[in-house]
Amino acid sequence: MAVLAAHNLRKSYGGEDVVAGVSFGIQAGECFGLLGPNGAGKTTTLRLCLGLIDPDGGSVELMQRPVPGEARPARARVGVVPQMDNLDPDFTVSENLLVYGRYFGLSERVIRERIPQLLEFAGLAARAESRIQTLSGGMKRRLTLARALINDPDLIFMDEPTTGLDPQARHLIWERLKQLLAQGKTIVLTTHFMEEAERLCARLAIMDRGRFITEGSPRELIVRHIEPHVIEVHGDGVMNWADREAATLALRLEKSGDTVFCYAADPAPLLASLSLRQELRYLHRPADLEDVFLKLTGRELRD
Amino acid sequence: MRVFAPPSMSLRFVPVWRRNLLVWRKLAIPSILGNLADPMIYVFGLGYGLGSMLPEVGGVPYIAFLAAGMVCSSTMNSATFEAMYSAFSRMHVQRTWDAIMNTPVDLDDVVLAELAWAASKSVLSGVAILAVVWLLGLSNSVLSLWVLALVPLIGLTFGALALAVTALASSYDFFMYYFTLIITPMSLLCGVFFPVEQLPAAFQAIAAFLPLTHAIAIARPLLLGHIPSDAVLHVLVLLAYAAAGFYAATMLFRRRLLK
Repeated sequence: MAVLAAHNLRKSYGGEDVVAGVSFGIQAGECFGLLGPNGAGKTTTLRLCLGLIDPDGGSVELMQRPVPGEARPARARVGVVPQMDNLDPDFTVSENLLVYGRYFGLSERVIRERIPQLLEFAGLAARAESRIQTLSGGMKRRLTLARALINDPDLIFMDEPTTGLDPQARHLIWERLKQLLAQGKTIVLTTHFMEEAERLCARLAIMDRGRFITEGSPRELIVRHIEPHVIEVHGDGVMNWADREAATLALRLEKSGDTVFCYAADPAPLLASLSLRQELRYLHRPADLEDVFLKLTGRELRD
Repeated sequence: MRVFAPPSMSLRFVPVWRRNLLVWRKLAIPSILGNLADPMIYVFGLGYGLGSMLPEVGGVPYIAFLAAGMVCSSTMNSATFEAMYSAFSRMHVQRTWDAIMNTPVDLDDVVLAELAWAASKSVLSGVAILAVVWLLGLSNSVLSLWVLALVPLIGLTFGALALAVTALASSYDFFMYYFTLIITPMSLLCGVFFPVEQLPAAFQAIAAFLPLTHAIAIARPLLLGHIPSDAVLHVLVLLAYAAAGFYAATMLFRRRLLK
């Protein structure tokens, strides 16, 4: 069953296409990742899916209801973890959940039953009466996740859920998202952490300049777009070595700053060449999603 | 485009209004004292200070004349302040509106809730001044009870107008223009401190269009124990300002936030 489907979705601002013809379908129970550099159109796509803005073209069905026409009942089944924390700073942890539950029209009794479970889930059981200002970044993020679950949603949108968190806090969020998937929830996740996408998402799309430029499982994308071995080389004379030797030994080379990325199906000739060059240091690793991402969206900075 | 559609009104605004009430309850005592302090300084300072040098105004002591002006202008100020500074904080600084709009509550509901809340808070201010007026014996007519019905209407009118300004604001500084160009002139032109008839004809003509004039034209006779003339007209003017302000605010917020 498709819980979210977009058909040829388009949105432009000031003549610039921010979302330029995007189509996708998300099945119940899957975790779908939307990857892309800053400004790729990820957040705008999410806002279109939630019916918060009208598309210039195309259509969306959220929880099998047309959006934005029936966005209101559709959103009743959906939870959202926004990119920027917008917890209520005037309230305690549990008041945040109580007040948010009321927006869904939930009865006081139902909300008060759910609060202890959600606080337990978020690891905030001891902080129920704490003020928001006293929470760490990771705690705020977990509370925002708990808040998004107050209506027991079937589908959860998460817009860069771990941006700005330390590794401990990030791993805890990942742990909780896996629990939600195990409970049968559907998750749509935007991120620019490849590790996050690789760990959580069964299927993902890379978005750039308003379009999906590729779509598939993390493994498929790596096989489809990139050579299996990567050797990162740096040190004195690396550019010289790259032009004279690596260029003929590697399938593809990328230079970034003072590092050369050599992509190869067979790494042996490159490694043999490097063993004769003591001044060069290198790292040999399997290709990963980040290589795919950088190949497809380029290495230049996005703002 | 949805921008020009009439505001959709439903009871979904209630949980948002309750959110603001819960915040206010945590700060209720300083808030009430703050609401009372400013107008009280005017009532006592001007009422007794200036009043002692004045003969009667319109046949009543100056402080009794001033009472209606203070009830109306503090209601106006309270609604304006809440719908500008506080609503802007919730919309722009804390992003509370964004969080709310991810639920089945939508922007129209939030705007209606902010209007209802600004009016509710202004009722507290207006009624607090009214209570002091009664306690000081400045009004002892049964007719003055009608002011209790007028105060929410004043709150809705000025709350709606201020929300439209908030929809256009880029920062808190923007609100100074509205206070300097609209609210302060209104306090001086509309009969808060002296009868409008004291002004040159051109200013009187301007004052006739300003909502505060119409609020005071109802409140003052009621507090002094008369039935206001043209009360229906004055009420209609206030309702028209409230409706126009609310519609403008809704459109401007949609244009700002739903794009």
